[in-house]
Amino acid sequence: MEAILLLLILGVVLGLVIAIAAMIFAVDIDPRIEQVEEALPGANCGGCGFAGCGDFARAVVAGDCPPEACPSCSSAALSDIARILGVAIGVREEKVAVVRCGGGDHAARHPRYNGVSDCRSANLVAGGPKGCDFGCLGLGTCARACPFGAIEMTDDGLAVVHPDLCVGCSKCVAVCPRNIITMVPKSAPAHVLCNSPAKGAAKRKVCSAACIGCRKCVKTAGEGQMIIEGFLARVNYDNPPDASIAECCPTHCIHATDTGARAETSEIMQGEAVNG
Amino acid sequence: MADQYYFRGGVHPAEGKKLSSGQAIQVPPLLESYVVPLMQHIGAPPKPVVKKGDTVLRGQLLAQPGGFISAAIHSPTSGTIKDIGVCMGPVGLETPAITIASDGDDTPDESLTPLNWHTASRDTLRERIAAAGIVGMGGAGFPANVKLTPPLEKPIDTVILNGVECEPFLTADHRLMLEQCDRIIQGALILGRILDVTDIFIGIEENKPDAIEVMRQKTAGTTITVAGLRVRYPQGAEKQLIYAVTGRKVPTGGLPMDVRCVVNNVATCAAVADAVNDGKALYERVTTITGTPVTTPGNWLLRVGTSVEEALKLVGGVKKDPAKLLLGGPMMGMSIYDLSVPVMKNTSGILLLASDEVEQFTSNACIRCGRCVDVCPMTLMPGSLSVAIENEAFDLAEAGFAMDCIECGACAYACPSHRPLVQHMRRAKAEITAARRAAAAKK
Repeated sequence: MEAILLLLILGVVLGLVIAIAAMIFAVDIDPRIEQVEEALPGANCGGCGFAGCGDFARAVVAGDCPPEACPSCSSAALSDIARILGVAIGVREEKVAVVRCGGGDHAARHPRYNGVSDCRSANLVAGGPKGCDFGCLGLGTCARACPFGAIEMTDDGLAVVHPDLCVGCSKCVAVCPRNIITMVPKSAPAHVLCNSPAKGAAKRKVCSAACIGCRKCVKTAGEGQMIIEGFLARVNYDNPPDASIAECCPTHCIHATDTGARAETSEIMQGEAVNG
Repeated sequence: MADQYYFRGGVHPAEGKKLSSGQAIQVPPLLESYVVPLMQHIGAPPKPVVKKGDTVLRGQLLAQPGGFISAAIHSPTSGTIKDIGVCMGPVGLETPAITIASDGDDTPDESLTPLNWHTASRDTLRERIAAAGIVGMGGAGFPANVKLTPPLEKPIDTVILNGVECEPFLTADHRLMLEQCDRIIQGALILGRILDVTDIFIGIEENKPDAIEVMRQKTAGTTITVAGLRVRYPQGAEKQLIYAVTGRKVPTGGLPMDVRCVVNNVATCAAVADAVNDGKALYERVTTITGTPVTTPGNWLLRVGTSVEEALKLVGGVKKDPAKLLLGGPMMGMSIYDLSVPVMKNTSGILLLASDEVEQFTSNACIRCGRCVDVCPMTLMPGSLSVAIENEAFDLAEAGFAMDCIECGACAYACPSHRPLVQHMRRAKAEITAARRAAAAKK
């Protein structure tokens, strides 16, 4: 009985001490920091250049950094932050990553790569598991780096970005040893999924889904919508053609952004649909 | 001399040298075409001085050095330049190359005239070695004239010839020492004259007693000492050889010149002798074509640009299915998957391994047994380094002296968990080098 009483009194006294100490040593935190942090995606992707979302929220509330510097925020989240801070938001073009390689099953393979399962390590040894020196190595370093789970590794060893999940933090761009991931406007209707500057015939030897530099898309598209550099076509993202441009490509290396359209034009996707 | 210094660590893999060590060096017939890669050395890529359609002679300059650390490339035969394009290189990436269609005459180019090395000036000799495009023929392919041009503040007092050939299966240097030791000795004396050094050692492992015997006889009365060394891999690595012969330890991050040594392969010495005495550029080398699947393993004087496919025809193809094809030895050789890869100045061997000799491992976690630490000749801790590297802690790897790794593969050979330790170390070296460059650029 005495023990219970003693502990009860001890508990009440210590509780009071803690309560008083909390009042005396209270740290003033701007409540807006917490609100802004709640509005942020909370993935701590580092795309803004700060050490996580909390750090970014402090910088935004302190006025050191505009809210639109967060590459991952949706427009809704941005307007929430603007409301909390009572500021106007600058216009920001939403970007997504795109893996400029379509050579999954289409690319020739080296037999038996048995090394470290990391693209950056594989790139140092015999050029990795695939025949093309410029394409996706398919060991998933970008997928592991993506804080949003937006990159899927297909069964045929190709990284594919899901544009609806990608928030544009560019983490994958930094880790790809082949530099084949680029940030493009989310609104872009089509992309050229090839990164090899080699000659058409050389590319054909190692990959059946390579851009062979035939210029057909350049002729089909409106003026300046498709650009060809050397033996590689690319979409002019400042003046993009519409998604139907994908249909003209003889090697199907131009993919329309819309996943529905992809299935029509991509043999990889078609194959999967049949198998699955 | 031999066992006075015994470097730490190392392994002793099955040698497999008996397959080809009894085979005399053979000269193959001329091929219809040769594909000569431009990058056959460490350093800057050379610049081609010929164009498509030009006729060239054997030994004529095809490309001149693209910088101080670079090497000239010469034509392996006479004929016309068919193409200046690319070929598959030994690392599995395409590399620039010049294709020569042979005219069958093999007419020699005589622009390099024989020199008298006793009277020629040191600079003339160095220039000749550079002009002949001589690179380290043991494997790394470091331009020889650069090694022979040490800065003034680093005097050299010892030249070491590397006749160790510690890689299993390879016997090219062994045969060269047996059959052409005069060339090697000449080359060694020329190197000694260039560097003003009389202390010359030839390091040979004791599994080649006939080579030691021949060398001892031929070097009697010269300033050259033959050092018989206890067999262990990687004794042929520069730093280990220096320690085994002289007891000097190259400091971390340092070069042999920091301990007053220059190390050259015996094949490089023979090439130096040819370049000086005969004005012959480096366009051919002895290569061991061997392995249990090979019908008649042997040692061949292959011209640079001979494809692996043509080289394998010389030995009568294969008698059983090979599982792996390597350029070089089994420990440090490059696994290749394309028969069009050409022989280069540093291709010491073409090795085929049968399926029962090649295992496909699954790598497991480090069990911290420490075997890699026991065998590492550079006294590193490859196991813990590899764990740091897997977690991308390259600063820890740098603090653990990952840059000192010589990529000999002894750790991976000893690892019971079959961890790809050398690949991890390569990754770390690439990342650390990139980080150092970025830091230097910032300054």
